[in-house]
Amino acid sequence: MLIKRPADIEPSEITSESVYQRRRTLLKMSGLATAGAIAGIPLLSLAEQEGISGRELQGVIESPLSTAEPANSWQDITTYNNYYEFGTGKADPARNARDFEPRPWSVVVKGECDKPGRYDFEDLVDNQQLEERVYRFRCVEAWSMVIPWVGIPLASIIGRLQPNSNAKFLRFRTLHDPERMPGQRRRTLDWPYTEGLTMAEAMHPLTLMAVGLYGRELPNQNGAPMRLVVPWKYGFKSIKAIAEIEFTRRRPRSSWEQAIPSEYGFYANVNPEVDHPRWSQARERPIGFGLFARKKPTLMFNGYADQVASLYSGLDLRKNF
Amino acid sequence: MSYVRPFKPLVFAVCLLPLVYLLLSAFEVAGLGLGTNPVEELLHELGRWGLKFLLLTLAVTPVRRWTGWSWLVRYRRMLGLFSFFYLLLHFLVYAVLDQGLDPGLIVEDILKRPYITLGMAGLLMMVPLAATSTKAMMRKLGKRWKSLHRLVYVIAILGVWHFYWQVKLDTLQPLVYASILAVLLISRIRPRKRR
Repeated sequence: MLIKRPADIEPSEITSESVYQRRRTLLKMSGLATAGAIAGIPLLSLAEQEGISGRELQGVIESPLSTAEPANSWQDITTYNNYYEFGTGKADPARNARDFEPRPWSVVVKGECDKPGRYDFEDLVDNQQLEERVYRFRCVEAWSMVIPWVGIPLASIIGRLQPNSNAKFLRFRTLHDPERMPGQRRRTLDWPYTEGLTMAEAMHPLTLMAVGLYGRELPNQNGAPMRLVVPWKYGFKSIKAIAEIEFTRRRPRSSWEQAIPSEYGFYANVNPEVDHPRWSQARERPIGFGLFARKKPTLMFNGYADQVASLYSGLDLRKNF
Repeated sequence: MSYVRPFKPLVFAVCLLPLVYLLLSAFEVAGLGLGTNPVEELLHELGRWGLKFLLLTLAVTPVRRWTGWSWLVRYRRMLGLFSFFYLLLHFLVYAVLDQGLDPGLIVEDILKRPYITLGMAGLLMMVPLAATSTKAMMRKLGKRWKSLHRLVYVIAILGVWHFYWQVKLDTLQPLVYASILAVLLISRIRPRKRR
């Protein structure tokens, strides 16, 4: 299904009436008017999705922050994953995470905040408005997808945890359980996987705590039950299966930064002008277009420059890669 | 030695099997496929097969010495040429499918990315070896043929290094190739004769 659209759509135009109507028309055309009742079905309709699974999420609303670009298929998004906790091959997580049981789940909150403690997944997520956010996703390996996440703005979770004035950064940690995450039995990275954001990045309206994909519960290989999505940063910043959130005074060190500091930095903003030491970041291969598709130019901040560039004014992005 | 001759076409056919498999996968015949990122998969598979054939080529001499199977040497040239063939396809997939045949991008990549520089250097060094692989060229070059073809050791090191350097973090696979190469190279060091 090829959807023609102008080359450059302003963020403010994304949910224009015409786009909204076109989505509806598409759904009707494919005989899926009833499916339209489920809010936020992205442009590729469910009927075309092979292997789609997981419990449907209720009460999901569409977001004006979504891109109008057609999303990758369920198949693409769930079979090509970097998730070393379940193996270092791209197809490994889909296989090795099949029996992972993401419930019950709890998140330890600690550090510079007034409401530390252990929170059940349901405590953090239930009673929050779920939104569908169709975001561009750019991997540091120079491939990209468009992914219809479902989640909660991280800011609204942070608000409840009441960080104090000392909280300048957030450190996130993935579950560390080699029994359930077989990739952790090999020391490829220094487990548990750790990521960090500045407070301003974490509070940014684009930053999402994702709990779903395509209107369903998040598949295990994509970071169930909850993962970060920071769409203007390289994918490795969007930490999966979050088990701990810590508010810190000092900048945390992320796992990739620790593994190869010359190649991966704390910020990891998508930037076509700053190459990875071993490969170019100027262009990316969009996944899902087959053997003969061309690469396309990578956009500054992955196309979210209008919304996020101000976070980094005065920062040398070449040094702070 | 005439009894081994019928096997040569068979060995040739077996060496073509990876290509057949990759072609069937590329065109998604018989339920095969190249996965979610087919360009990357094809590129990596061709590179790995090229290196496997290179290691097989280098294995002929030590295995012959260990087992006494002198007939193995009859297949060495074919294995070497298949290595060149798969690595040439590896380069073509890179140039055409990955870089869209943009000469500016390819040249920039080769000059700027050390692992691509290494791989390209190795492939270029294979060209004279392939060109002088005929019996006529062997005769013509005489002793110089042997010294020229010692380049294969440099090529193999460059190839495995290229693989190692390309990997993001999990270097297990290239290290397996490197270990095999190390064994094959060390086995060539003959101990000096004692007095």
